[in-house]
Amino acid sequence: MERAVSPAQLLALGRHQTNRRRSAEAAGFVAVAAVLLVVLPLLNVVGRPIPGEAVDAAWYWLSDVQLNLLGRYLSYALLALGIDLIWGYTGILSLCQALFFCLGGYCMGMYLSLQTGAEGVYESTLPDFMVWNRVTELPLFWQPFHSFWFTMVAVVTVPALFALVFGFLTFRSRVRGVYFAVLTQALAYSMWLLFNRNSMNLGGTNGLTNFKKIVPTFFGSATTFRLAEPAVQRGLFIITSVCLLGAFLLCRWLTGSRLGRVLTAIRDNENRVRFSGYNPADFKVFVFVVAAALAGVAGALYVPQTGIITPGKMSVAASIDMVIWVAVGGRGTLIGAALGALIVNAMYSYFTTHFAAYWPYALGLLFVAVVMLIPAGLVGLPAQIRGSLARRQRRNDEP
Amino acid sequence: MKISQVGMLRRTVAVAVVAGIAMLRLAAPGMAADEEPIKIGILHSLSGTMAISEVSLRDVDLMAIDEINTKGGVCITKGDKKTCHKIEPVVVDPASNWDLFAEKAKQLLLQDKVAVVFGCWTSVSRKSVLPVFEGNKGLLFYPVQYEGEECSDNVFYTGAAPNQQAVPAVEYLMSEEGGGAKKFYLLGTDYVYPRTTNKILRAMLKAKGVPDDNIREEYTPFHHQDYQQIVQKIKEFAAGGKTAVISTINGDSNVPFYKEFANQGLTAADVPIMAFSVAEDELRGMDTSALVGHLATWNYFQSVDTPENKTFVEHFKAYAKKHNLPDADKRVTDDPMEASYFGVYLWKQAVEKAGTTDVDAVRKALYGMEFKAPSSMVKIDERNHHTWRPVLVGEIKKDGQFKIVHRSKGPVKPEPWSEYTNPDKGCDWVDHQGTYQK
Amino acid sequence: MINRRLLSACAASLWLAVAPARAASAGPPEMAQQLEALASDDSDAQRAAVNALAESGDRNFVAALEALRTENLYVWTAPDGARRLVITREKTTVDGQDAYVLSEAYAGTPLHDASGADVTAKSDTLQEVSVDRRLRAVVAVALERLKLVDPDPTVRRAAAKNLADKGDVSALPALAHAFDSERARAAHAALEESYNLLKLLAPGDEDKLAAVTRLEALHSTDAVPRMRELQKGAATPLQAAVARAVDSIQRWQKLTRVIYAVFSGLSLGSILMLMSLGLAITFGVMGVINMAHGELMMIGAYATFLTQNWFQAHLPASFFGAYFLVSIPVSFVAAGAAGYLLERSVIRFLYGRPLETLLATWGVSLILIQAARFYFGDLTAVTTASWLSGGIEVMAGVQLPYNRLFIIGFTLVCVAGVYVLLLRTSVGLRIRAVTQNRAMSAAIGIPTNKVDAWTFALGSGLAGMAGCALTLIGNVEPDLGQNYIVDAFIVVVTGGVGKLAGTVAAALGIGWMNTLLELVTDSAVMGKVLILALVMLFLQRRPSGLFPPTGRQVEY
Repeated sequence: MERAVSPAQLLALGRHQTNRRRSAEAAGFVAVAAVLLVVLPLLNVVGRPIPGEAVDAAWYWLSDVQLNLLGRYLSYALLALGIDLIWGYTGILSLCQALFFCLGGYCMGMYLSLQTGAEGVYESTLPDFMVWNRVTELPLFWQPFHSFWFTMVAVVTVPALFALVFGFLTFRSRVRGVYFAVLTQALAYSMWLLFNRNSMNLGGTNGLTNFKKIVPTFFGSATTFRLAEPAVQRGLFIITSVCLLGAFLLCRWLTGSRLGRVLTAIRDNENRVRFSGYNPADFKVFVFVVAAALAGVAGALYVPQTGIITPGKMSVAASIDMVIWVAVGGRGTLIGAALGALIVNAMYSYFTTHFAAYWPYALGLLFVAVVMLIPAGLVGLPAQIRGSLARRQRRNDEP
Repeated sequence: MKISQVGMLRRTVAVAVVAGIAMLRLAAPGMAADEEPIKIGILHSLSGTMAISEVSLRDVDLMAIDEINTKGGVCITKGDKKTCHKIEPVVVDPASNWDLFAEKAKQLLLQDKVAVVFGCWTSVSRKSVLPVFEGNKGLLFYPVQYEGEECSDNVFYTGAAPNQQAVPAVEYLMSEEGGGAKKFYLLGTDYVYPRTTNKILRAMLKAKGVPDDNIREEYTPFHHQDYQQIVQKIKEFAAGGKTAVISTINGDSNVPFYKEFANQGLTAADVPIMAFSVAEDELRGMDTSALVGHLATWNYFQSVDTPENKTFVEHFKAYAKKHNLPDADKRVTDDPMEASYFGVYLWKQAVEKAGTTDVDAVRKALYGMEFKAPSSMVKIDERNHHTWRPVLVGEIKKDGQFKIVHRSKGPVKPEPWSEYTNPDKGCDWVDHQGTYQK
Repeated sequence: MINRRLLSACAASLWLAVAPARAASAGPPEMAQQLEALASDDSDAQRAAVNALAESGDRNFVAALEALRTENLYVWTAPDGARRLVITREKTTVDGQDAYVLSEAYAGTPLHDASGADVTAKSDTLQEVSVDRRLRAVVAVALERLKLVDPDPTVRRAAAKNLADKGDVSALPALAHAFDSERARAAHAALEESYNLLKLLAPGDEDKLAAVTRLEALHSTDAVPRMRELQKGAATPLQAAVARAVDSIQRWQKLTRVIYAVFSGLSLGSILMLMSLGLAITFGVMGVINMAHGELMMIGAYATFLTQNWFQAHLPASFFGAYFLVSIPVSFVAAGAAGYLLERSVIRFLYGRPLETLLATWGVSLILIQAARFYFGDLTAVTTASWLSGGIEVMAGVQLPYNRLFIIGFTLVCVAGVYVLLLRTSVGLRIRAVTQNRAMSAAIGIPTNKVDAWTFALGSGLAGMAGCALTLIGNVEPDLGQNYIVDAFIVVVTGGVGKLAGTVAAALGIGWMNTLLELVTDSAVMGKVLILALVMLFLQRRPSGLFPPTGRQVEY
């Protein structure tokens, strides 16, 4: 019979990082933060072409299109952090993260649609699709989204609540592993079917689009930020970076703490954790909810930078693709997740520009190669190479 | 992790960020230098679920560009000097991904600085790029039949509005020649186009005195394969005869539906199915035995008997062979392809008339512009950015072609705001700012 | 008052006498008069002529009547001065003038001159035969009456139906005659129905009553609208009979609806079962999550397509129907081989890591889909063999399609086959041994690697055969697998991993449940959403499925 792990032992385990390592990591973090928050936006401001005065773009100018692309990739990275938390650290393969991403995205989209209001095609306070759907009055569940702060709260809480209910019911029944993956697929598929329906009053297959402005209210006064302006897009980029960095710190703290150790233990052997006196279901629900909240925030940041949200983004295929980002980067290391998201999406944009027909082959091969050849991902690649070299060395050394 | 690994981690991060930016620059290429050729963007899905339909549009656009270039290109006359510019196509693949459509549209307009874009198929893709075109003074030619209720200053719609396809189709079915149908089963895939079209048809049928009991509306999800119950319902509804099915079913759900229909004993003589989303290109890949005798309404069929069409079809078949397109000897032409094709020519004519590729000037030049398209003479309306096109009703034959059974008297004026559902609205960019209240 | 008919008959014969003799024959001489009368200026005479032609029952007149309807009937003044009735076939130009290629009015055979070439006539030598709306209506009925004697029973059925729809009671005798002499079983019931439908409009109450009784016996739903019309007005014994008949027919309709719902549930269940059978083996028996299962089905479907093409290219047309039977083993082998390769190259290294297998096989599926798209293009037409088209009418209003019946039968055979294989053969014994205890099986000498590969190949082959069967129902396209993969997994997981009985029960259950929900909610989308919700709820109560695996097992 196993003895329960004592808190003291856990605490000792918790302090597994040396001070030197932590300060090195902190330095790296500050460097990345500087790049994202200062350098890149600066490159977008400086060297900007001015059509009126016939000033061409400088060679180092980070164009609006590129900055926007990067901003969207960063929101994907935020989503990937959540996936790494549940998959890399806790071993839960959820194939419906795209759903939570879209829930957050739709909340933001609803807010933006209402803000467009009279500037829309039909010049009515109702969103365009409702007008041509002959809906005469705003449905009840749309009403609260007039408020900016409610939307901010909803972006986090709606996906979280969803995850809470689903996770509670499922983890409590000890559904896990592959079965859980299949269940999440079923959930994603049914929600996709539902969102596609016009009668849901969420835009049907066309989704929500034609966003014009964000109008946050601070202490009573409202400031209008028009989405078409480069400055606003720059601002969104910075906010996305802040959220990403914040999420990274949050996940680091979570995984570095005792809680993180329990999560890893659940990944490695859930039964033993249960026998040790913990209830794995509670922990799993917790991380599932956190990951869903992160996905929701990512979606909300993604939408104003893309300009449209459709049910197509919550399909099963989209969710599976998101998992591969984390696998490519390296699961179980938060940096790997973020990197993987950036790299795979950059590849996607590159391929669809130059070798469109070959993208599915590239993606498919990526799946297979990463799973079979570099299971630790790109971040773990140096270690893997060193390990195999060391093994070869040992073999050569032996008589 | 050891300290050396931490350092490596930092280096990895730095390298990755730099590599990311490099890839970004490659993915969203820098601006083009100012050169002689005129650049045109082609924004059609070449992979993914929409590739079936959109690949042909890219092919036909490239063929049109090829033809124009062979004849010298776009020739602008300034005073007594005439300069001819070749057209350089910039083809991107949004991969049936709506987000990517917006991204690629931005790229085409802002990075590649194209003069015009020919693209989109689904309403979602069009709606996702609309803000990009409107915000960046771009010009889009949209060649596919759609549900109307749109009137953008930056789009020219060369496909049919509902009054040029759906409404005449139902009028034909109600006529004696079309079988004198009195009951209508409106069956579609659950998305914008069928929903809006059916709304218009319901209003139209009501205006023509058809009671509500004689109209049934039903929707199935995308990729739906099981039509057993639905065909049973149609059978029951059709008891007593004089019933027609109006099908706005999309894509791969068509074959299961037609097959089930035929296998349960219903024939085109019993209950004709009038489809709006089935054209020669879809029939090419279907087992047509279950579809023979059923109907479709378009503004163009490959079997249209005009000299322009003969040339068009021959050219396309030759082009397919020359460029080794997959299935080259079985390629066909259909309505969206024709609309795409004459769209390119209309734009070329407008540029030559305006003397520049500037969007505002070209737009003005396009109003009222005519062209002898393969189907007939087509004209861009003087006010509402849509195209006058003839309406043809065709019956499906075993070889996947259509036998034309009804033809409108001439090109029909397009009404983006249907007189049945929005009688108080109009679309006019000359005297108004687009959509206006009448 | 001069009898108009006599007058026109005289006029016709006068014209005949005056006109020089015609070259070719124009049918039986007595009908020649009527044929020529079509061209008269008097519409009454025209109508009379049309009716006479219909009365004759000679199908050779169909061409002339069709031409009359489509305004292609002309009187031609030949170069030698002869006037005859012709049909214009094609428009052409002769010496820069509009001209037409001609056909005979009788039987519509192309007109040839002495050398055998087509005869063309300039438009100024042709005089149109005028048609007004009343005449058109009469021509339409006449055409249907003539089609009643067409050799093709489908044409006869359609003609009878049209006559019943048009409601022209004058056609009753013709319909009665056609129905009496009808020999083809398929058309007989339809003709009887059409005859009685028309009889409902006959003047006399007796006729109506007789029609009502017959239609009730035939359970004709088409009759209900007309019967309802009869119910209006004062109450008579006829009314009572009609009320009874309508009631009886509607009860029959409800019965057929239920029967058909049961059949559709069974059909849907059998399709689910067929798709999930292969998956049940690879996932259930081996514990491998294969997201490329749908693509293996796609391979089977494309194998069917290629077999069809080969048959079309190399064998005479009469053998074409057999292509489907040949394509079943071909798709089994093709998909099985693909599965074997997949197992040897990818899955073998990932045993015990189901989540990784999921991702790797998803990658493989992306590659396969794009390869299929590249090689075959996006559209491929698979023609259903004629012996599988259509259906069998087991009772009035219920036609069971042959393709679905075939699939039900085929599924039963497959399930039985897999059972026998796994439970009664030594091969099956080895497979089960390896899945239950790999180490022990290896210890006693079973080549576990080989058994793994062959088991996976078996599961894949079954997927291929499912793909082959699916070509009967839907398209063959690269995305074929994607449409079905989620459903297949749900069936296997609901049924309980490791037991085939579970898959069978789950497939049938989900199939019937789905049909029921679709009926109740009257919406295909809601039916699907609800079934998914139900499955999710069910799995949360019973995570191991309907038939959980018994015994001690390490959880995945």
